[in-house]
Amino acid sequence: MIRYALGRLTSLVISLFVASLVIFAVIEVIPGDPAAFMLGVNARPDTIAALRAEMGLDQSVVTRYFDWVTGLLRGDFGQSWTYKTPVAELIADRIWVSLPLAIYALILSTLIAFPAGIYAASHRGGPGDITIMGATQLGVAVPNFWFAMILVLIFAINLRWFSAGGFPGWDNPFQAVKSLTLPAIALALPQAAILARVMRSSLLDMLGEDFIRTARAKGLTRRQALWKHAVRNALIPVLTIIGLQFSFLLAGGIIIEQVFFLPGLGRLIFQSISARDLIVVESVVMLLVFTVIVVNFAVDIAYAAVDPRLRAKA
Amino acid sequence: MHHLKRFAASTAIVLCGTTVLAQDSITVAIQLEPPNLDPTGGAAQAIDSVLYANVFEGLTRFASDGSIIRGLAQSWDISDDGTVYTFNLAAGVTFHDGTTMNAEDVKFSLDRARAEDSTNAQKGLFAGITDVTVIEPLSVQIILDQPNGNFLFNLAWGDAVIVAPESIENIASNPVGTGPFTFTDWVQGDRIELTRNADYWGSAPALESATFRFISDPTAAFAAVMAEDVDAFIGFPAPENLPQFEADPRFQVLVGNTEGETILSTNNKMPPFDNVLVRQAVAHAIDRQAIIDGAMFGLGTPIGTHFAPHHPDYVDLLANSPHDPDRARELLAEAGFADGFTTTLKLPPPSYARRGGEIIAAQLREVGIETEITNLEWAQWIEEVFTNKDFGLSIVSHTEPMDIGIYANPDYYFQYDNPEFQTLMEKLNATTDPADRSDLLAKVQTIISEDYVNGYLFELAVATVAKADVQGLWVNQPTAAVDLTGVSWSE
Repeated sequence: MIRYALGRLTSLVISLFVASLVIFAVIEVIPGDPAAFMLGVNARPDTIAALRAEMGLDQSVVTRYFDWVTGLLRGDFGQSWTYKTPVAELIADRIWVSLPLAIYALILSTLIAFPAGIYAASHRGGPGDITIMGATQLGVAVPNFWFAMILVLIFAINLRWFSAGGFPGWDNPFQAVKSLTLPAIALALPQAAILARVMRSSLLDMLGEDFIRTARAKGLTRRQALWKHAVRNALIPVLTIIGLQFSFLLAGGIIIEQVFFLPGLGRLIFQSISARDLIVVESVVMLLVFTVIVVNFAVDIAYAAVDPRLRAKA
Repeated sequence: MHHLKRFAASTAIVLCGTTVLAQDSITVAIQLEPPNLDPTGGAAQAIDSVLYANVFEGLTRFASDGSIIRGLAQSWDISDDGTVYTFNLAAGVTFHDGTTMNAEDVKFSLDRARAEDSTNAQKGLFAGITDVTVIEPLSVQIILDQPNGNFLFNLAWGDAVIVAPESIENIASNPVGTGPFTFTDWVQGDRIELTRNADYWGSAPALESATFRFISDPTAAFAAVMAEDVDAFIGFPAPENLPQFEADPRFQVLVGNTEGETILSTNNKMPPFDNVLVRQAVAHAIDRQAIIDGAMFGLGTPIGTHFAPHHPDYVDLLANSPHDPDRARELLAEAGFADGFTTTLKLPPPSYARRGGEIIAAQLREVGIETEITNLEWAQWIEEVFTNKDFGLSIVSHTEPMDIGIYANPDYYFQYDNPEFQTLMEKLNATTDPADRSDLLAKVQTIISEDYVNGYLFELAVATVAKADVQGLWVNQPTAAVDLTGVSWSE
């Protein structure tokens, strides 16, 4: 077990190192000089040179990479060029929008998808199943920003129940949750559609398994067999999808954040790329990569804890 | 601490709650969030949009009609040879941190802006200053190397505001100025809050507080105004929605001028554009009204030279380049391009460029000029087009006020090199007599128009959508600013 964990840990460190190289290199080749961009079209060359020096851009690529990585290792994300505040603070502010939004959307999508998927599977071929499958087809096909615009039109412009966007901050938790509600619904609907379909097909697979027949033979009703045995086993692929969806929701809310002008991580990356605030882009992307890699590492370890065969192999 | 203040303010409102509650706060939206709050650092216009005249003040300032009026300087004397300016500062001015504003601060601000390691984006404004001397606590003398007719105008820019040495270190996140509003809070990505400065030296503004929000997406902007999340949107990004707001009694729509000459920038050193006949052909190929209607939904004033049409010294030179495709083809044939040619058209992100670019490409194709359109981000545009001059044509709005001087710099990205023009510009800069200046301005406008340096398209308009009972907003944008000093709610 320890050897297995050490092996996974080594691959984690290597992955992070490679990721840092790739991120730095990709961002290095993006055209556009950050200093020239910040100073605009009337700037004099000596002013641009002065700003480049202030931002450390006059140093060699190797030095800058080394400074960046050693900074990260010390937990120092550096200083944003445009905002002129520590990147860590920027991330800390934004994550309190993006993370709750992702969790909110995930909860909503699960709450919609589970009953829908289970109902559809247990009433296979019936009118309910057909309706749900039709609706999910639509949900998968329609992009979330379109839902977002429709929700704004109905609930913000016509009914005036919600504001059209923005985030008031967590000082007032009710207002904060309220302002995340429309974005969370818009994010959740397409995810719920996918999840419901996976839930349904996974359940249908399970219902055909021998152990269900055995359970039925032992005298369980169809409904009891479904709830006691099938749903539980069908959850494994569903949970895998939920895990994937979560990282999508965390980083992929960018368009929704734009539509609702929410100050989240996605919008931070977007703004930083167009402003060539490269240090912010590098650090935020690295943080997201780090999160994904660490989650995968935890999953690997968890698999091993559950499945003795994995331990033995290593 | 400011929570406490806010609590105190809300209690006060409750206490006087029965009387009609006059609205004394406003939520204003603009498209872009300032990257930082140092107007003397970066070039981003959004910094001035939030802070100019509200938080920071300079010696002089722009009024809403673009004229130059007194700021922190209450009066000034100019020596007979035009090289020594003596400014008398307003008395009793304090910075928001309580320190007194005096001549030392003026000296500090100007010396800092023109210092060798200065990162002031408009350092050129201060180029002629040779010395700044404190004479008395409220009197400061600025010495120029030669007369400069634009000097008072230069000092009105947001980049020339007066800052204090005590607060300079954190200016980017905590701006401390002398203006009628103090900076209170910045929730990055969402909003900036300003509060009335109780100790303001001038007349107090009507508003108690103001919130700036940043919405760049046109659909989101429309929704935010319709849902009444914001009270005013300055620089509304979706002109196609304006008729809807005009028809709605809840709102008013103001359309005004900016200082943005929108031009088809032409690389004057790159063949075939080094031939004036080709540039003239391009000018005749362009149908300005079609571009204004198609790309800007009718907003914008056609221009025939690089000068703001609302300026008293503007000369109407549209007759030099009427839309005439036949004439354009003749000129091309005369220049040896009877079969046309192919060039690049590199477009920055704003819709005037992206939408306008498609229309111009079609108009140029009419006369035989094929364009390869490339869409660029601003940072790429600055590198490829502006710095490396790797372009044939581009479309850009030059938003700096009175920027015809860029044509005197042969290294400027469109690379116009005309010694006659350069001499006239030098003369203009050294001229302070208004009548002489008018003459010279007319001459320089005519030269670039007749040289067809760039395709002159239109003066960029700015649309403001506000609730019907908001009054005192600037209609025009003589500089990037949302001046709240005169804004109030009607009864």
